[in-house]
Amino acid sequence: MAGAGGGTSDVQWCFSQVKGAIDDDVAEADIISTVEFNHSGELLATGDKGGRVVIFQQEPESKNQPQCRGEYNVYSTFQSHEPEFDYLKSLEIEEKINKIRWLPQKNAAQFLLSTNDKTIKLWKISERDKRPEGYNLKEEDGRYRDLNTVTTLRVPVFRPMDLMVGSPSGGVAPPPILVNSISSHARWADLSASDLRINLWNLEITDRSFNIVDIKPANMEELTEVITAVEFHPNQCNTFVYSSSKGTIRLCDMRASALCDKHAKQFEEPEDPNNRSFFSEIISSISDVKFSHSGRYMMTRDYLSVKIWDLNMESRPVETYQVHEYLRSKLCSLYENDCIFDKFECCWNGNDSVVMTGSYNNFFRMFDRGYRQDVTLEASRENSKPRSVLKPRKVSTGGKRKKDEISVDSLDFNKKILHTAWHPLDNIIAVATTNNLYIFQEKPN
Amino acid sequence: MIHTMECAADAQSLISISLMKIHNSRTQRGGIKLHKNLLVSYVLRNARQVYVKEKYAEIYRMQQYEEVMTVCNEIQELNPLDLDAEDAGDEEQARAACCGEEASLCGSACHRGAAQPAAHARTASALFGCSPLEDGGKEPDPSYYRSCCMEAAPVPHCDQFPANGSTHCNITTVLDLDTHVVTTVENGYLHQDCCCCDALQCGQGAQSPAKKRKVEFGFCTSDGEEVSDLTSARKRAKREDCSYFHLDYTDTSNISNLISIFGSGFTGLLSRQADLEQICSKQVLASLGAWTRAIVAF
Repeated sequence: MAGAGGGTSDVQWCFSQVKGAIDDDVAEADIISTVEFNHSGELLATGDKGGRVVIFQQEPESKNQPQCRGEYNVYSTFQSHEPEFDYLKSLEIEEKINKIRWLPQKNAAQFLLSTNDKTIKLWKISERDKRPEGYNLKEEDGRYRDLNTVTTLRVPVFRPMDLMVGSPSGGVAPPPILVNSISSHARWADLSASDLRINLWNLEITDRSFNIVDIKPANMEELTEVITAVEFHPNQCNTFVYSSSKGTIRLCDMRASALCDKHAKQFEEPEDPNNRSFFSEIISSISDVKFSHSGRYMMTRDYLSVKIWDLNMESRPVETYQVHEYLRSKLCSLYENDCIFDKFECCWNGNDSVVMTGSYNNFFRMFDRGYRQDVTLEASRENSKPRSVLKPRKVSTGGKRKKDEISVDSLDFNKKILHTAWHPLDNIIAVATTNNLYIFQEKPN
Repeated sequence: MIHTMECAADAQSLISISLMKIHNSRTQRGGIKLHKNLLVSYVLRNARQVYVKEKYAEIYRMQQYEEVMTVCNEIQELNPLDLDAEDAGDEEQARAACCGEEASLCGSACHRGAAQPAAHARTASALFGCSPLEDGGKEPDPSYYRSCCMEAAPVPHCDQFPANGSTHCNITTVLDLDTHVVTTVENGYLHQDCCCCDALQCGQGAQSPAKKRKVEFGFCTSDGEEVSDLTSARKRAKREDCSYFHLDYTDTSNISNLISIFGSGFTGLLSRQADLEQICSKQVLASLGAWTRAIVAF
């Protein structure tokens, strides 16, 4: 059953697969930058810094092991974006894939959006089983043959087809902004956000978009915040939210006005004055926002915590989970080595009972909202025996370190899990370390 | 209110680190990231606020000390016989005590308890609430004694002072709001960092023989030394250790200069000399947008 129970108390996670190179020397292009399941969970897409997209497909469940869900194997790999150079600004545009979003499926073909800093591309992945070959009167490319060259007759046959990945319109016209977030709703609508603006796209009209939010001040010296993430409401296609670097989330209704500068709701928690430090602004910046599947809640991730908000209450979150509070005393060194700028993502499970997010040392955390429990797990090659159960990990914060605990100073801050994804229906999770993708499944009974 | 755990020392290193980050972001692949630089500017602002607050506290303490010393000297002048009757040891002890007291005022917290006030300095310490010395107190630290008993002539240059290796006395930078002079107190010895103001007397001309017990102020012309511009300050910032105790006085003066530069906005990057003369409370409390202006300039 979809995310049955989902509680961390009764779910044990097993290693299923790991994708990617084994050696410790990580090529920059192989660094995974986004992970996303499609709406059925059958397909899993990853994007990397080299501009490539890899799509994995789940094998059908085998009859021998009906409870063990199928493995994910490579379905398609393609180069989505290439590095570009903006000659006007003398800027190199990275080919890194910032986000992938699957569109709701309407027919046999799958559509996904991939974006780098500048360009959003729409990809169509279609599969035809067979294709007739060997026409007598037509060439392979469809041109008609010269009848004089036809000397023999043959019967056309059906041959299996390779997967086709293409862009129906040759790609979306580059918007004059830096894209850091995209959200797709219907087949026709797509939101893209840069630091200062949010645009609405009609996927069939690719040469222009509608600007619906603009927070650029008249005088850039008065700039105080930027947009960090945007997401459509899962059920109400007119509603979307966007988060800011100041820790606020604004909910906008596109029916209210064409330009959604005036938000319908603003969600913000007052700062705790006891926790004020040099880095208060940095750690309150929201790195990800995700609606629950039900649409009633939304989750935000800032540097140290995950917060669940009820859309009906703007004054404070209904739940707050500390991801790695032990880092609060280390903020100065994390600022020096730039780790404090890491943008962690978060995700819901299928029935919104558990949320998950990443941390350092290849740890990732799950918080069960119902049972009020949390667990820390690790994605590592050492725990990669097939179907081996993941053991909960613990970081010791006090002076005495118990056995099996790891001290804060021993954490490897180069091993960070920024991107995680949860299968929409089953207890299958995809966790991306720097250049490896781990797939874990719920332990079958 | 920034957590009291952080002090001006951390603020200075944070300022250097932040400026370095902004500088490095110009050469990063993909261009300058607005979000990251905005967050760095917030750290800069917070660090500057703490730094400035500490400086004001220093100035206030120095001013109070000067007032107290003036009062003490006046008290002494009322009893000239006491002055002659004191033996050399007492005089030296008193002089050292002044330095000890003054060193304690310089912000080295470790010395607040170590000050060895004697005679009139005890009055000073009483005013400041320091614990008074018992009779026959122990010898003051030789470092204070040595630094305080320097002869007025020849006036050594600050860069010739030996680093006595004492880890007791910290380096503190003091901003004189009246003369717009930034001075540094190192190991109980005062230096003048900026030669921008000609009226660098800082009490030297005003010293009279009767005020021997006042701490001798060193005079550093530093005319051979170029006050750093932003580029060399950045280079210095790059070489800097994060630990405050590794900063030498030139770095603190550079940071003071950088503070003034950013305090007056982008134009400060173009005309730094004018800005040095504008070090004053008004500039220091300039709009927070000054930081963003500098960032945008990059």
